Amino acid sequence: MANFSKSNVPQFSVDVYQNEFLPEGGREVNAIVTVTSTGGGTSGGRPADGQSGPSAGVVLMVDCSGSMEYPPTKMRGAREATAVAIDALRDGVSFAVVAGTHQAREVFPANGALAVAGPATRAQAKQALRKLTAGGGTAIGTWLRLADRLLGGAEVSIRHGILLTDGRNEHEKPEELQAALDSCAGRFTCDARGVGTDWEVKELTGIASALLGSVDIVADPQGLAADFQSMMENAMGKEVADVALRLWTPQGSEIAFVKQVAPTVEDLTARRTEAGPRAGDYPTGSWGDESRDYHVQVRVPAAGVGQEMLAARLSLVLPQPDGAPRVLGQGLVRAVWTDDMASSTRISPQVAHYTGQAELAQVIQQGLEARKAGDLDGATAKLGRAVQLASASGNADTAKLLAKVVDVVDAASGTVRLKARVADADEMTLETRSTKTVRVKK
Amino acid sequence: MPPLPESARSAAPAPAAARQARTLSAACPSCGDPLDAEDRFCGGCGHDLTAAAPQPAPGGAGGSEAGSDGASDAAGASAGRAGGTPPAPRAAEPAPEAAAPGRPDAGRADDAAGAGRAGRLADAESTDAFLLAPPQAADSDTLVLAGVARPADPREEMRDDARERDVPQEEAREQPAAGRPDAPATPTADGPVCVACGLGGVDEDGYCEHCGHAQPRQRDHQEKELEGVAAVSDRGLRHHRNEDAFTLGTASLPDGSPAVAAVVCDGVSTAYRPDDASAAAAAAGSDSLLASLERGAPPEEAMRTALMAAFDAVVALAAEEDPDAPPHHNSPACTCVSAVVTGPVFTVGWIGDSRAYWIPDDRGLPSSRLTEDDSWAARMVAAGLMTEAEAYADERAHAITGWLGADAVEVDPHVAAFQPEGTGVIVVCTDGLWNYAESAAEMAEAVPPDARTRPLHSARALLGLALDGGGHDNVTVAVLPFPAAVSRAGFPPAT
Repeated sequence: MANFSKSNVPQFSVDVYQNEFLPEGGREVNAIVTVTSTGGGTSGGRPADGQSGPSAGVVLMVDCSGSMEYPPTKMRGAREATAVAIDALRDGVSFAVVAGTHQAREVFPANGALAVAGPATRAQAKQALRKLTAGGGTAIGTWLRLADRLLGGAEVSIRHGILLTDGRNEHEKPEELQAALDSCAGRFTCDARGVGTDWEVKELTGIASALLGSVDIVADPQGLAADFQSMMENAMGKEVADVALRLWTPQGSEIAFVKQVAPTVEDLTARRTEAGPRAGDYPTGSWGDESRDYHVQVRVPAAGVGQEMLAARLSLVLPQPDGAPRVLGQGLVRAVWTDDMASSTRISPQVAHYTGQAELAQVIQQGLEARKAGDLDGATAKLGRAVQLASASGNADTAKLLAKVVDVVDAASGTVRLKARVADADEMTLETRSTKTVRVKK
Repeated sequence: MPPLPESARSAAPAPAAARQARTLSAACPSCGDPLDAEDRFCGGCGHDLTAAAPQPAPGGAGGSEAGSDGASDAAGASAGRAGGTPPAPRAAEPAPEAAAPGRPDAGRADDAAGAGRAGRLADAESTDAFLLAPPQAADSDTLVLAGVARPADPREEMRDDARERDVPQEEAREQPAAGRPDAPATPTADGPVCVACGLGGVDEDGYCEHCGHAQPRQRDHQEKELEGVAAVSDRGLRHHRNEDAFTLGTASLPDGSPAVAAVVCDGVSTAYRPDDASAAAAAAGSDSLLASLERGAPPEEAMRTALMAAFDAVVALAAEEDPDAPPHHNSPACTCVSAVVTGPVFTVGWIGDSRAYWIPDDRGLPSSRLTEDDSWAARMVAAGLMTEAEAYADERAHAITGWLGADAVEVDPHVAAFQPEGTGVIVVCTDGLWNYAESAAEMAEAVPPDARTRPLHSARALLGLALDGGGHDNVTVAVLPFPAAVSRAGFPPAT
């Protein structure tokens, strides 16, 4: 039976992996924090009791700019994928469909609000999709602002958007998109998908990053339906929104960085909001049954050998309407100074692994950047290092993507040759997925 | 208490009082150079800052107990009582040993070792020789067990030894000359306050809510005193936790005479859960030893059984499932040394490199090391491959060849019994102490002359020696008076 006095929040567990031992004078404390939420009662977005999930609202934003008609399969694929996504909506979930061009237009229910999913509304929504035609420009900021208005007006606890585009954001200034992202950040989460190869990877990754969602490429419109289905299931699996990672650090310490490192690399350092003395919150968005890893680096004041201190206290907090946030789980990052070299020089395998994964994402981006700029030596060096890191860490997916851009001579040493010809889709796929990480081998 | 620099280990036991006093004086008393909290010597003129601590009595040739006591207190920089503490029944006793030259007059353990030896070189040279009479059957007509050990001191209880609170007020009174500018402020009413910054409260995990510093834990510093035996255990200055453990106990033999025992264990740092290993071994060893003796088992057999019981307790830890354990860890392991006084005999048993020393009251008599380390250095010396000096200078010196733990190569409990001719104390300790007083002569130098009547004070003084020497390891020392001091009128009730 649903417990209405307590929202349907999953159990969170927080595990900290670190080498707490520092040499004399050492100041840098690294820790990998694994946050796992379980028991929210979901599996693949289909709870046994259809009514027991949290109230959710989803807005589908479909690019209907003129370019979607070239080739026509793109618009058809988008329509079909959106229909599949609508079918994946759980009964009772609020939803709307927005057609995006140089402006945003409500397609369904087109009454300034969200419809409640059910057999009838799903059928009506799919009917409305047939009227979608391509024509006009692209101004993604306007789409996001409309989605925000629709979601904000609904009495739902989980707000999510799904955005599909095939082109660059050409009909508004970058500042306008940024302003829209700033105003929407923290109000709803959004997954972004680029179809074809004419869109800008940085633009979409920026949107997904700001709105704490995923980003991916769907090079072939045929693949859209399956992707939309899994995105919607993922959205339906979310049990709790607006969870923040709260970091308390002692007087004299400073946070060097806070990054999500699995399933993707996402730097959260700049997204801190103060939360009381020496504490700050970093947004993590919505959670279903899932596990994510964070890398936290704290600089503490140096202390004498034999001293021990708490370098950071991590907690997952959920804001409550009545003020005091609920703590869902917590962990401690410690610092212990020792003169035992064997202890202080050991690197935590988790920290080493994710340091490598973060570097992998960075060298791929730098390598592709160099390649575009015509710096072939730089590109070879960076992508060679990427191949080496991907191979050493067992990141097979990224290794495969790299192999489409470079000829691997020797993965272990990172010896590669740039391919003379690289398909745009392969390059964009590599760039888009460069931040995907694998977890530590057990 | 006043805020201290974060680097100052204000969590230090009362021995730290002297250091804190220095900490607060910002300039060298000799040349006026500014000082750092951690300085032991002035950076400008090399002035020994430990010596700058005011002394209630001059060290050196003081023939009075009070004088030597004051010096030894300073030597240990210990929380021990000031010279004036009233061990009334004994205060008037002549203390010839107090006149021994070379008392460390200012807490310089290293100096003490050298100077002390110079003072009675002849004796010192021979002290490592084994001169005790062979063990004899217990003769139980002289001592009567008083029954259960009574709390001689509020200190008797193992307790959270928040160190700044560890200086009872009467001590402060007794040592006005010692001038403690950092005399502890009365603890604030609303919960504990951080010992490092003095500003933050303490969270439930034991860290300061302001500066994050770990607060002293119960095991960081422990003291225990039973009637006739006392022990002190301390984290030291360089380790972040105390992996040593000890237990004290008394039992009544079937003939009614008392047995007084101490068990001291040192967790092996490179093993997993060394602190649990030492605690388990100390508890199991003591229980087994006392139970066997009460049943009437001969002390040597009881000791051997106790070592094996301690061994089994540590092995059992390895069998426990622990989800937090790192994937490839060494089994929990520790060393163990134990001494038990039964009538005219005492028995020592050990595995590993923790030691026991015999220190006679009459320092004219030779003192003696009673144990042979299970260590690389000891093996090298025994095999004639290196001299003692060479062996202990080697970085492998402390690698132990025998220990308690599931991965022990061999279990070889060593047991020896002794029947000394005179009175004295048995010092049972971990290498955290004996590293600073390795030979029996050095240990005898460090043990206060009234050790037999004030074992807790002596244990603290020895701890002070180790801390002043650098406190590089956890320090644990038990002092057992011989013959057993149980129910003796001369044993002063601690205040």
